[in-house]
Amino acid sequence: MNVTDLINSNYVRWMDSTPGGDDIVISSRVRLARNLQSIPFPHRMNQQSGEACMETIKEAWQQGKDTRLEQMALVRFDQLSSLEREILVEKHLSSPEHAASSRSYQGILVNEDGSLCTMINEEDHLRIQCLLPGLQLANCYEQAQELDDHCEKQLDYAFDERMGYLTACPTNVGTGLRASVMLHLPALQITGQTQHVFQNIGQLGLTVRGIYGEGSEVIGNLFQLSNQITLGQTEEEICNYLQTIAEQIVEQEKILRQKLLEDMRYQLEDRVGRAFGILTNARIITSNEALSLLSDLRLGVDLGLIQVITPFILNEMIVAIRPAHLQRKSGQEMDPIHRDLRRAEVIQEKLMKIQNHLPTIESGTKEDGQDV
Amino acid sequence: MICEECKKKNATVHFTHMVNGKMVETHLCEECAVKKGMYILDLSQFSIPNLLGSIFGMQHPVNNMPTMAEIDSCPNCGMKFMEIRKTGKLGCSECYHAYEKELEPTLRRIHGNSQHQGKIPSRSGGKVLIKKKIDTLKQQLQEAVASEKYEIAAEIRDSIKALEKGLQ
Repeated sequence: MNVTDLINSNYVRWMDSTPGGDDIVISSRVRLARNLQSIPFPHRMNQQSGEACMETIKEAWQQGKDTRLEQMALVRFDQLSSLEREILVEKHLSSPEHAASSRSYQGILVNEDGSLCTMINEEDHLRIQCLLPGLQLANCYEQAQELDDHCEKQLDYAFDERMGYLTACPTNVGTGLRASVMLHLPALQITGQTQHVFQNIGQLGLTVRGIYGEGSEVIGNLFQLSNQITLGQTEEEICNYLQTIAEQIVEQEKILRQKLLEDMRYQLEDRVGRAFGILTNARIITSNEALSLLSDLRLGVDLGLIQVITPFILNEMIVAIRPAHLQRKSGQEMDPIHRDLRRAEVIQEKLMKIQNHLPTIESGTKEDGQDV
Repeated sequence: MICEECKKKNATVHFTHMVNGKMVETHLCEECAVKKGMYILDLSQFSIPNLLGSIFGMQHPVNNMPTMAEIDSCPNCGMKFMEIRKTGKLGCSECYHAYEKELEPTLRRIHGNSQHQGKIPSRSGGKVLIKKKIDTLKQQLQEAVASEKYEIAAEIRDSIKALEKGLQ
């Protein structure tokens, strides 16, 4: 497969909506941190030791006799432009720190739909991740750990009987596992209850972040919930625990949504309608404004207030409107104002296609809601 | 005193600063003070590596752990303990063994635990897997002896010996 195809398209696997699932949990991810024995961790590498490490990993990938490994492509970061690396970050296939430099010993190993990906020489030598749509942590873990098994056949992992998998930062030691779910929680946010919920979650050994991980802000009512403790619990325990907590939050969000729908239907319809109005008519729109309006629109879609628009279109748009994707599509670098212009165009293109099918706000009183 | 900014709430935050060489006092409520950016925290002090580094090798009241490491630097990568304290990251997998004593309380502080449960890699963890198997067999051996099944006990003993040979 070719990484360029993945970079050029908006699509990655986690954008698919899960059949039968609700759309409050947008995606699930499991990441395993692995390191090679005795080789300095990436933050202590120089060009020479880094190259040697990359070569070892590359050989392991080439010699691995597994269809899963064969279907993956390895790309080094000196082969990509900074814009292309940024695109990988926006798709959640790399991290901002990882993509920041064009070192030849850093890179990713990724499959066609981006559901399986390994960051090479990020904070650890290997960060194997599986990223899937909806709430399916057990499945993510299963796939990540199978890939891990195949890597281990060729590579000498740093492992200690007592401390488990050894990682650059002691916060990841043990299982090296970080499980996370991306949650869309507009009702909790509208009713001002997210802070309260997440305060309690901190006491349960979980942590909440914004959509692009550590240090990123919360935009578009999207929250990333993940485990903090990696040592002393089994992988299954960690995943089950997070899954259970996520299910409880989803339950609360659903209850609140229904309450809002009962008590404030007109206000909700108004909110969704305005979001659609601005998104389809704005000439200039910033990333943050777009994300928060898309959140309103998604709430409308989830509650059946607005038809035709699918969660997939909304998921795709979250990524398509990010700066690097916009610039890639336009084939040029753009300053913020031109990005905001282009962003408004991209959103309109997507939503107008749908408007031909007349999305309607399903009003509680009116029969013909076609005057949107 | 009432807040000079919103003129509604009580002023609880008082600043003295110089404007054109003159001392000026400002009295604000907490909300307005935050809005005006009067509280500027050095956020970099709260980064994970910083916080982590500061708890490495911290005095441990129970067994009075030394703050300084016993060895000078990691024999494999040369990472000094002071650098680990500074960055919150280790240099290589061998650092974990070189600074095992110093790390133990830190791991417990982060994870509430310092014994790995969960996946064991089949190659790198081969010895661990064998050891675990030996432990189970030893238990079975005791049970066999207790119930006077000596033939079975002899078989189990042989397999334990074979496994132990593999470990050396």
